[in-house]
Formats: sequence, structure tokens, C-alpha cells
Amino acid sequence: MNTVILLVCTGLGLGALYFLVASGLSLIFGLMDVLNFAHGALLSVGAYGTWWAGTQVGMGFWWAVGFGTAVGTVAAVLLELLLIRPLYQRPRDQILATVGVGLAIPALLMGVWGADARPFPQPAALAGTVRMLGAIVPVNRFVLIGAAGLVLLGLRLFLGRTRYGLVVRAGVEDRAMVTALGIDVRRAFTLVFALGGAVAALGGALSGLYFGSVHPGQGTSLLIFAFVVVVMGGMGSVTGAAVASVAVGLVQQFANYYTAAGLGDLSVVVLLAVLLLVRPHRGLTGRLA
Amino acid sequence: MPRTGESFAESSTGRRRALRWWPIALLILLLVAPYSALPIPGVLDGPLGSPGSLQLIALCLVYGALASGYDLLLGRTGLLSFGHALYFATGLYVTDLAMLELRLPFAAAALCGVAGSALLALLLGSVSLRVTGIGFSMVTLAFAQAGSILVQRNPAGLTGGEEGRAAPADRLPSALVGIENTPNLYWIALAYLVLTITVIHWAARSPVGRVWTGIRENERRVEVLGLRPYGFKLLAFVLASGLAGAGGVVYLLLTGGATPQAASSDTTLSLLVMVVLGGSGSRWGPLLGGVLYTWASHRLGDLANSTAVADLPAVLRVPLSQPLFLLGSLFVAVVYLLPGGLAGLPARLRGRVRRVARSLTDAAADARTRT
Repeated sequence: MNTVILLVCTGLGLGALYFLVASGLSLIFGLMDVLNFAHGALLSVGAYGTWWAGTQVGMGFWWAVGFGTAVGTVAAVLLELLLIRPLYQRPRDQILATVGVGLAIPALLMGVWGADARPFPQPAALAGTVRMLGAIVPVNRFVLIGAAGLVLLGLRLFLGRTRYGLVVRAGVEDRAMVTALGIDVRRAFTLVFALGGAVAALGGALSGLYFGSVHPGQGTSLLIFAFVVVVMGGMGSVTGAAVASVAVGLVQQFANYYTAAGLGDLSVVVLLAVLLLVRPHRGLTGRLA
Repeated sequence: MPRTGESFAESSTGRRRALRWWPIALLILLLVAPYSALPIPGVLDGPLGSPGSLQLIALCLVYGALASGYDLLLGRTGLLSFGHALYFATGLYVTDLAMLELRLPFAAAALCGVAGSALLALLLGSVSLRVTGIGFSMVTLAFAQAGSILVQRNPAGLTGGEEGRAAPADRLPSALVGIENTPNLYWIALAYLVLTITVIHWAARSPVGRVWTGIRENERRVEVLGLRPYGFKLLAFVLASGLAGAGGVVYLLLTGGATPQAASSDTTLSLLVMVVLGGSGSRWGPLLGGVLYTWASHRLGDLANSTAVADLPAVLRVPLSQPLFLLGSLFVAVVYLLPGGLAGLPARLRGRVRRVARSLTDAAADARTRT
């Protein structure tokens, strides 16, 4: 029983991480039809920003997380303005440009700080464990789950209650129609990119907490599971991404524990294949937010 | 007196007829390259026929062929697969393992490798093609990632994990082992390239190839014509993957072993970069892109380790010492500045020259009417 509780908490923590990467990815894809291969790089930027502010500058942990998130947001806005927007009429080239950025940024990080994993600053309050129903669970799992919950709530409020959220939701449904109504969808693009970048960078900062270290390829390896989550959740749907993240995180943890290590990663892909065979066009929800 | 359109067209068809033979001429040059001791400073380290140079050229040819095969999906059928490395790695690993574990002779093992790639592609392709567009890209990526993880986890000690496994020298024909036999490996790589190009061009000109083009342009319209795109797409997927598997076999011979890097998503992304760099959907573009990319990534490694770079200030040294940074940036630049890739460059230049010429004649005519 204790093991099950620990696995659930860890799986939810991992799922929270996936959600932080996948929600921005899903929104960007839903609105712009851009599969952002640089999203993992934004995560790495956030992770290294936090690490740098926390260990090299000596900021407090939460300030460092704020700094890393800000750096990731700025990077995302620059990416959208400088590379995505000029290719507005060429959706496939937009994807290819993000592939290039996704190769270049981790390489740059590697050049500056080396290929080895860097130990991540853990504040004392988050380094410990708590007893929960007899199981000993690391505190940082709850931080991740809490952060993902807040992000989900925030995104839903933003999408559901604000004018910009309305534009974004309408844009995901039918971009041409929104443009025809005289609304500047491009401003919504930049906004969604900034939001996605911020959430990915936050995910990067918290992934350092989860894994205890950061390395340049971390973003890219998380990105691939985020892709799985986005497909499973129904592309463009934030709630779908949340449900799929939890499913993927739990399946991975349980399969890794109860079968051979590594089979968890494979079982996620099998899950995806089964879902595609059963519901090829809609994913889990097939609806937006 | 301006040249009449007729004589201009005549001289240009004559030139075109002569130009049609350049692939044959190039092929003959490539065939005799091992006999040549021509030094090409800056491009190759040693003379042309030296084992080191032949090895590098052979790698360039293999990647040129792999990129051309990948473009069967991307440029000709419009399928953006992010999992092509999986089929390349399947050919590589299955061939190696069939020799190591089943003690099969090389030829039989190579057949297993190619067949394994095609079968896996049939299985996974039939699942991933159930989603279209970007969903397909993500699903292929997920499958390829699963393959990559599987290879790295070293199940039952088969794949050798991070280390990979060396090809057994005693199972290979003796003409394919050892540095003095590099020319033979080079010729095999060349043969693989010729095979790939022939198959692709033949397939693209066949009726099936026309359906592929139709799917690329507008899948809905193909459906309206009463054809099911699914089967045609699956055929392209299996064919491209089988060719990639054969590439894995040649790669195994060239590098003497199977390593997990072959299965990584970086390999697929490199193929994508090659195709876009050279010009997706064009006849020779992917080949050119593959050759240039492979050559550049080897030379960039040398550049990164050179003293000229080491002496630079850190702001320049750090980015320059990362080949992937340079290639990634180059890729963005090509996508942004050179749509159509290198293969599209002549047409773009011609278009620009024509525009300038037209504006000049317009200006001249304008000036004449005024006087």
C-alpha cells in the first residue's frame, strides 16, 4: 500500500511536469498549427535560468524560479516575433524553424555550461519528505502537483473569463473566421507563445527540483513525452492535456516499478498506439479547454 | 538586335540535352575515385583515394541516399515523419544481431535487416497513419523514441546499451573487413546510393508516384477521386523505411558496429535538416543536402577543435565550438532565407536576373517613347 501511494504521488508529480510542458505546446498547436520543437529548449532555458540565478548569483529559490520563468518568457516572445511571425504564410516552415532552434539552443547551453548534469539548488523546506498514509513522499512532488494545478486553473480562467482568452479559443476553433472578423490573431499568437514559454520555463525550473539536477538535453527528452500527451489529450485542449498527463505519468511510474525499468516509457507509447486505434481522430477529449 | 525567342529556346534545349548526362559523368568520376591520389585541400584531409577520405565520402553518400529516401515521405508524399531513424536503426541492429546471435552469414543477415525494417514500418505505419497531419509526426516520433529507449536499455544484453555492439569480423566476407578494403565499402555505399535514387525516381514516375504527388498537394481531392490515400501513404512509408533499413546495413559495414546514436531522434532531425537544406521534393536536392550536411558536420568538428577557434574570445568561441549550434542556426537561416533549399537556388537566381532584365528593357522602352 505504501508503495502504491508513493508511486501515485511520484506519477502525479511526473504528470504535473508533463502538463507544464504540454499545455503550452497544445495551445500553440491548437491556435497556430505550429508544432513547437523549440518548446523543450524553452524548458531548458528556464531550468538553466533558475539554476544560474540560484547558484551563480545567489538568489533565493523562489526568486530564482521567477527569474528563470521570466527568461523563458522573453525567449518565447523573441522566438515568436523573430522567427515564427515572418513565416506566417508558411506553416511547415514555421515548424522547421523551431526544429533548428530546438537543435541550436541546447547546443549553446552545452557550450556554455558543459554537457554534464548540474546539481540543482534545493531549498531546505522542499528537500525533505512527508509521511502520507504511511508512505514517505518527497515534498517536491506536492510542489509540482500544486504548481500544475494552479497553472491549469489559471489557464482555464484565462481562456474562459478574459477577452483574450475568448480570442484564443475562437482562434483555435477557426483561425480564418476570427481574422475575417477583424481581430488581430497575431497578437494572440504572441500572447500564447509568451504564456507557453512561461509555463514551459516554470516546468524547467521545477523539473530541476524533480530530478535534482539540470542538463542541456532535459528539455528535449521531456518534450517527446509532452508530444505524446498532446496527441492523447486531443490537440489544442488544455483539459485533455491535463488528463493525458496524469495518465501518462501514472502509467509510466507503475510500469517502471512493477515491470522492468524502461518498460514504463514503452508502455506509454503502447498506450498511445491503443488510443489511436480506438479513437484515431479525437484523442481523449477532442474538445478545447 | 534582340535574340528571337526561337533561337534562344533552341540553344537552351541543346544545353539541357548535354546537361542531362551529368549524373552519369559524376557517377563515373565517383566510381574511379579510389584509384585517384588527387589532393583536394580544404575539402578532404588526405588525397582522394586514401582510406580516410573514402570513408568520409562513403558516409556522405550513405546520408545522401538516406536523405533522398526520407524525402520520398516529406517532399513527394507530404508526410512529415519524425521517426525515420527507427527504421535506419532497425536495419543496422537487426543485421548485426542476426550475425552475432543467430550466427547467420552476412548476406542473410542483411536481408533480415531490410525485411525487419519494412515489416516494422508496415506495423507502425499502419497505426500512425490513422492520424493525419502533425498528429502523424508526433506519433512517429513517439514510436521512434520508444525504439531508441529500448535500444539504450539493452534488453537481455542484446543491444549493448550505450556502447552498442561491434559487427563480427568473422561473419563478414573478408573483402569487407580491414582498412585496405575501404574502396570496397565505398563502392557498396555508392551502389546503395544508385539503388536508392533509381528506386525513388522510378517509383515517383509510376502511377503510384502521381498519387503521392496528389496526396502532397491535396489529400482531400485524391479521396474525392475515389482513391484511398491511406494505402498509398503506407506504401510510401514502407518503401522509404525499407530503403532506410538497407542504409543501416551499409552503415554497419562502414562503421563496423551498431551504436544507439543511430536510433536517436537527433538522427531523424539531421535527415530533416539535410532534406530542407538541399531542397525538399526536388530531384537531387536531398542528396546534395545529405552530402553537404555530413561533410560539414565532420569538418565543423575539426573546426571546433582547431587552435583558431580556441584562441577566440569566449563570446565567439562557445557557439563556434558547438557543431549542432552552427547546424541548427544554418538550418533556420535556410528555412528563412532560402525556401526550396539549395536545389531551388538556380531557379531563384534566374528569376531575379529575369526580373532585373525585364525592368531594364522596360526602362529602355520607356526612355525611347519619351524621346
